[in-house]
Amino acid sequence: MKIKENSSLKYISILALIGAMFLIIFILEQLLPPTSMLFMVLKKGAIYSLVAVSLNLLCGFTGLFSLGHAGFMLIGAYTYAIFTIPLEARNAVYQYFDGGIINFTLPVPVALLAAGACAAVFAFLIGLPVLRLKSDYLAIATLGFAEIIRAIFQWDKLGPITNGSNVLRKFPSFSSTIFPFAVAGLCIAIIVLLINSSYGRAFKAIRDDEIAAEAMGINLAKHKQLSFTISSFFAGIGGALLAMFQTTVQAAAFKSSMTYEILLIVVIGGMGSVTGSCISSFLFIAASEWWLRFLDDETYIGSFKVPLLRSGFRKVVFSVVIMIIVLFYQRGIMGTKELSMDAIGRFFRKFKKEEDVA
Amino acid sequence: MLKITDLKVSYGGIEAVKGISFEVPEKSIVTLIGANGAGKSTTLRSISGLVRPKSGKIEFLGEDITGKDAADIMAKGITLVPEGRRIFPDLTVLENLKIGAYLRKDDLTDDLNWIYDLFPRLKERSWQPGGTLSGGEQQMLAVGRALMSRPKLIMMDEPSLGLAPLVVRNIFDIIKEINRQGVTILLIEQNANMALKTADIGYVMETGRITMTGSGEELLANEAVKAAYLGT
Repeated sequence: MKIKENSSLKYISILALIGAMFLIIFILEQLLPPTSMLFMVLKKGAIYSLVAVSLNLLCGFTGLFSLGHAGFMLIGAYTYAIFTIPLEARNAVYQYFDGGIINFTLPVPVALLAAGACAAVFAFLIGLPVLRLKSDYLAIATLGFAEIIRAIFQWDKLGPITNGSNVLRKFPSFSSTIFPFAVAGLCIAIIVLLINSSYGRAFKAIRDDEIAAEAMGINLAKHKQLSFTISSFFAGIGGALLAMFQTTVQAAAFKSSMTYEILLIVVIGGMGSVTGSCISSFLFIAASEWWLRFLDDETYIGSFKVPLLRSGFRKVVFSVVIMIIVLFYQRGIMGTKELSMDAIGRFFRKFKKEEDVA
Repeated sequence: MLKITDLKVSYGGIEAVKGISFEVPEKSIVTLIGANGAGKSTTLRSISGLVRPKSGKIEFLGEDITGKDAADIMAKGITLVPEGRRIFPDLTVLENLKIGAYLRKDDLTDDLNWIYDLFPRLKERSWQPGGTLSGGEQQMLAVGRALMSRPKLIMMDEPSLGLAPLVVRNIFDIIKEINRQGVTILLIEQNANMALKTADIGYVMETGRITMTGSGEELLANEAVKAAYLGT
């Protein structure tokens, strides 16, 4: 009985924490101007959290090293954009393709699901041949497929659907920070439930030792395919959210460098830690978009020009910071551990004990 | 219970098992002994479906299971404790045990209690990652994990590998205990002395063939076996 009480207490405290988070965002939105950098970081951070957690499901929990994530985000972003551009705006958007050939629109929630489903279908098909490969070979093959997807979406012949290499715009987007938090939070919660289920255990077993997992009766091909497809489903939704955030979509933006950014977030957060991925997403976005901005501006103190500060220096500092993290925290901020109520509780109890001793 | 007829297995051009036949009667302990490269592990791997045999027949409880998938064979009640233990190092002891019962959908409480009775040490460490256990504890975990699928036949590939003599004795005591509770055991060993003392029937394998058969005591007393495997 005691265990049950503990777990219900845990759920209540988690719910309270989530409630408090949304309340804080709500209050901040009333206080600060909507153009504040903080909201930009929070929105993009939430979206990247979802994408990073979905990649972590694949890399950190199933041990499949994929570099095709940007490709699946692209599919999600395009699917969302194509199906939600209002009919009256289509002539302006598809100006070179006579308004395109799709003449209906989907409601936003349906389009978001369609974005995920479309990415998942592509992932399933790509996974059939590709998932037979292991480690580095799998990474190279998925990277190749992501680039092919990007090239196909820019292909002129598909212009009536994808608008070729032109920008898609004028589709519905969000203004409140609560929206990306809610969608990403819901998706991450689903992924966490999956990880804690018996499927999640099988994924982790495959990561740890494929041969032993097979000897335990786990069907390797089926479970790898499942993990790859689900991961891509959520990458697709993440891509759609990113499209909403940017208000425009262009295939050229979904380069492999985007995959590397996400992979970096996963590695910094810790392979196999959901909370690690979330924390490092926000840190990464905040650092690259906000905190280190000043490094790019030429600054004068009196008449003294601060050396080194000029456009592009931010990237140098950023790379050095990442190198330091990789060197000294090889397993990432969190390793495979999770930040939970219990862990925080333990930390404070330990802290208190040390205080008592002192 | 398990009947192998003229089994041949090859890796590419190399024939590792060159036509062996043997039987494992119900509720017995059968051991295959032999030097490195004799084809013992390959035999187990092909029974459990991890390797496809080139020819021959594997029958389990009267049913032909030759060339079936590993998951299907396991569902029929054959479980392998792989060589070198191969527990999942980043999963907790409890998670390792639950993975063992992956193909079962029913309640696991009784089985977990059974495993914890057999290996009280695992109960103490149920929240530790498997990789932090000692070698002997990892072997116990590997056996426990295999038992979680409620097998009719459990196949063990060198359970004594890399363990101290005292721990080896402990492991063999547990093997006997598991057998006493009704599980049939097929054991592969290089530690011929311990294996033959434990087994009802022994087979000696040499370069892909079975060269000698007998009860455990007979083989223990056999001069050729003594010279080759017992070092006396």
